[in-house]
Amino acid sequence: MEWIDFAAPTTVSEAVGLLAQHGDRARMIAGGTDILVQLRGGRRSLDLIVDAKGIPELNEISYNPQNGLTLGAAAPCYQIYGNQAVADAYPGLMDAATLIGGIQIQGRASIGGNLCNSAPSGDSIPPVIALGGVCNIAGPNGTRQVAAEDFCTGPGRNVLENGELLVSINFPAPQPNTGANYLRFIPRNEMDIAVAGVGSSVVLDASGQNFVSARISLASVAPIPVFATEAAASLAGKPVSDEAIQEASDLATEAATPIDDMRGTIRQRRHLVGVLTRRTLNNAVQRARGG
Amino acid sequence: MPGLVHVQTTINGDEVNFLCEPRQSLLECLRDVLGMTGSKEGCNDGNCGACTVMFDGRIVDSCLVLGVEAQGKQITTIEGLATPEGLHPIQQAFLENAALQCGICTPGFIVASKGLLDNEPEADEARVRHWLAGNLCRCTGYDKIVRAVLDAGEKMQS
Repeated sequence: MEWIDFAAPTTVSEAVGLLAQHGDRARMIAGGTDILVQLRGGRRSLDLIVDAKGIPELNEISYNPQNGLTLGAAAPCYQIYGNQAVADAYPGLMDAATLIGGIQIQGRASIGGNLCNSAPSGDSIPPVIALGGVCNIAGPNGTRQVAAEDFCTGPGRNVLENGELLVSINFPAPQPNTGANYLRFIPRNEMDIAVAGVGSSVVLDASGQNFVSARISLASVAPIPVFATEAAASLAGKPVSDEAIQEASDLATEAATPIDDMRGTIRQRRHLVGVLTRRTLNNAVQRARGG
Repeated sequence: MPGLVHVQTTINGDEVNFLCEPRQSLLECLRDVLGMTGSKEGCNDGNCGACTVMFDGRIVDSCLVLGVEAQGKQITTIEGLATPEGLHPIQQAFLENAALQCGICTPGFIVASKGLLDNEPEADEARVRHWLAGNLCRCTGYDKIVRAVLDAGEKMQS
C-alpha cells in the first residue's frame, strides 16, 4: 500500500468538503471491513480515508413507532440488533444484521457500508429494499434521497457522486399485518458469501388471509441487487396460498440473471431464488400474522 | 510527504503512545510498532480471527482496524489476560482441555471467548460455536476448543 492519509471529521459538511476535494481518491470507511481488504489486496487505491464514526448523523439509530427508523450509515450491526426496539420492529432487517460475517465483523460492519460497497452479494441490501428503505445522501449541492432499490448501479458502483456520502437510511414505521424475512444460501453454517439471497416483505389485509402488496429483492444473482417488481406485483390482491407464492417464486426466478462462478452455477442460483423466495414469503406471512 | 500520526490509547490498562502511518492496521501497530506479538496475523482480511482483540469492550479483527482508530480507545489483547497470580480461567481451560495444537489461532480464540464469557459465562455449546464462527482453527477440529470454553464458562460463573 502507498501512503494514505486519514481524516476523522465530526460534521457532515466537513466530510463532504474532504470528499469533494479528493474526488475518486477518497472514500469513507465505517467498519472498514471491505475497503481495508480492497486496499491491501491492491483492488483499490486511495489518497485519503475519511472515518465516518466521528459524525453523529452517521451513527444515530433513532426509532419511534410513528416515524419509523433512521439508521445512521455507519452504525455497526451489533448496535442495530442490540437495540431491542429496532430488533422487535424490523425482524427482517435483523435476519441480515445477525448473519453478516462473524461477531468480530458485526462489531464494526454497517448496513450503510454494505450498501456503499454495492456488492451484488451484500446480505443487508435485499431486506433494506424489501422494507422500503430510502437513502439520505449529502453532497456539495445539498441533500437528496434515493430509494434503496435505485442505489446500486453495478458491482461496486452506486449513485454516489464525488463529494457525496450516505448519511443514513430511513425505514417507514412497521404497519399492522406486515412482515419481512431475509434468507441466503451458503454451503457453510456461518461466515460465507451468499450463493443466492432473497429478502421479502408482505402487507396482508386485516384478516391476514389476503396479500395487499409485497416487495421482493434478490442478492447474488445479477450485477446489482434485483428489485423483483413483477414477482411482488403478482401477489397483490390474491389470497395467501401456496399457488400464489409459487407463482411469485417462479417470477422471481425469471428476474434473476446470475452467472456461473466459484460460488455457484446459473442453474443452482436460479433454483435457489425460487426456493428462497417461497420460504421468505411464507416466513414474512407468518410474521405478518404475528407468528 | 505527510508525517506519522501520534496515537494515544489504552492497552491492557496501560496508557500507550505510539507513532504510525495512517494506513497501518492496529494489528501491525501492535506487532511491529509496539512489539506485542501475541495477536497473530493469519489471513489479514477478516476471515480467520487470529488477530482478535477487544476494542472498547467488543471483539474485532485488529487487521481490519486502523492503528489511528485506536486513539482514545480501550484495547485488550491476549497479553492482558494473565495476571501475576496466574493464567486467566480461559487460558487455564485451554491448557487443561488440550485445546490447541500449533497455537497460531489460540490467542484469537481466547480473546474472542473472553468477549463472550465476560457477559454470558452460561453460554451453551450452540452459542459458543456460533460466537466463535469468526475464528478458524486448522488443527483441532474445534471440539476441544468448544469444550475448553464451556469449561471456562463454568469456572467463571462460580
